[in-house]
Amino acid sequence: MAPQSVICKVIHNREIARGIFDMSFACPGMAELARPGQFVHIACGEGNLLRRPISIADILPGALRVIYEVKGEGTRYLSQLKEGDPVDVLGPLGRGFDLSRASGNAILIGGGIGVFPLLPVAKLLGKRAYVALGFRSASAAVLTEEFSAVSAGVHIATDDGSMGYHGFVTDMAEMLSGVNPTILYACGPKPMLKNVKLLAEKFGVPAEISMEERMGCGIGACLVCACKTRKNGEEGFSHVCKDGPVFDASEVIFE
Amino acid sequence: MKMSVNIAGVELKNPVVTGSGTFGFGEEYGEFYDLSELGGIGIKGLTLKKRDGNPPPRIAETPLGILNSVGLQNPGVDYYLEHDLPKLRQHDVKIIANIAGNTVEEYCEMAEKVSAGCDLIELNISCPNVKEGGVAFGTSCNMVEHITREVKKHAAVPLVVKLSPNVTDIAEIARAAEAAGADALSLINTLLGMRIDIKTRRPVLHNNVGGMSGPAVKPVAVRMVWQVANAVKVPVIGMGGIQTAEDAIEFLLAGATAVSVGTANFRDPYAALKVVRGIEAYMRENGIEDVAELTGGVRPY
Repeated sequence: MAPQSVICKVIHNREIARGIFDMSFACPGMAELARPGQFVHIACGEGNLLRRPISIADILPGALRVIYEVKGEGTRYLSQLKEGDPVDVLGPLGRGFDLSRASGNAILIGGGIGVFPLLPVAKLLGKRAYVALGFRSASAAVLTEEFSAVSAGVHIATDDGSMGYHGFVTDMAEMLSGVNPTILYACGPKPMLKNVKLLAEKFGVPAEISMEERMGCGIGACLVCACKTRKNGEEGFSHVCKDGPVFDASEVIFE
Repeated sequence: MKMSVNIAGVELKNPVVTGSGTFGFGEEYGEFYDLSELGGIGIKGLTLKKRDGNPPPRIAETPLGILNSVGLQNPGVDYYLEHDLPKLRQHDVKIIANIAGNTVEEYCEMAEKVSAGCDLIELNISCPNVKEGGVAFGTSCNMVEHITREVKKHAAVPLVVKLSPNVTDIAEIARAAEAAGADALSLINTLLGMRIDIKTRRPVLHNNVGGMSGPAVKPVAVRMVWQVANAVKVPVIGMGGIQTAEDAIEFLLAGATAVSVGTANFRDPYAALKVVRGIEAYMRENGIEDVAELTGGVRPY
């Protein structure tokens, strides 16, 4: 189905951790089309020319929810939107997670602001979803209760040891081998995703990973959001907005 | 009310086309509206062989503009002709094939190949993002004259030469292209720019520099279109920062016969269509019967 370009109405927009905002907006048609792992491309005021790609954190009846970190002018504009304000959204865009590949249990691995697109995955997989989340520290840990409520269980790792496992989230996820995962679903910083790819090889299961890159049009026309991949033996640049953001980890070339 | 315009014998149903490199091969935007509503589609720049393009990041935002350094990623002309062109041909819209090469011979070969499947050829001698060819052919009068003359011999459809703004005197370059047989001119390509991340001290673009486009370049583009239109007799396709019909009308008044909408597509997938509708509304409000009346209509002091 074709994506839509719609002026939506903000339902709520609030800060849930330092610099992290949780926003929902009404978009009946778009919400019906949206799949876990897809993203929306949001216009951020007249002064910022480019839209900002933000992954979908929840698919609600007639609405979508996104969670984003204020990083620059564009996201600062978004953070100032209030209930009832118009927000210009293009979506749903991209290739999401293929949940039909989870023939049994799945391990979901999220790092930092990469945990958000995994929430709709956890909701759909329910008790088959074992969730491993990594954060800088306890103060940056968000959404842990929501993940707990819908999944088979949540394990937390922090860089500084202030909460849960002290170390890499992928090292912690490796200790979950006993759940016999049939696939890994992951989103987070590139070094983490590289480790997820290695972990999947160790487990002998596939992994689907969500990539990020600076984006232009969001629909596959401008070719700026390049991601190095190997497909059918041929190396080249795929595009995060249309070929992704979710890729099979075996296709992605990390430098 | 007459919206159609004539570029070197090719009739566009309205004066709005899309900018090469911003519109892919049309398919993605065809999901939003009927491409037959446009005057023409400028397709992504083609090369003889498949090109992977530059490593990311390939885009940076600037005040009311962007920098890009895609580096002409494309599947190669043969793949395009076989796989993408037939889909695009299903729409009643003129196709402008943008071609680039490393050598004059490559440009000539490209012109022969695409002549079979397009209405106009746009000679890309102004791409700032490739190491060989590209803008190197577009910044001296001698080179522009030479390449235009050679490619013209191999082009079976009208040849539009796309001019670089990264020159001292664009009117001089325009006259050289016209003298060598260019059927039309299009301008401006992107302005070479740079952004630096002050935390990492790295350029934001992996290619270090890139081509700047968007509303920030519009006054420069309008000025150059005006200078070029006054220097040549062949029609001019004006572009550079057009977001609205008002912007497009400025270019027409400056002397453009048609206009091209590029970067604005990234912000609003309907941008080009809205420019068509907006020009129609302006003509109705101002009692203008023929859009050609606007071309060169500026009243300079």
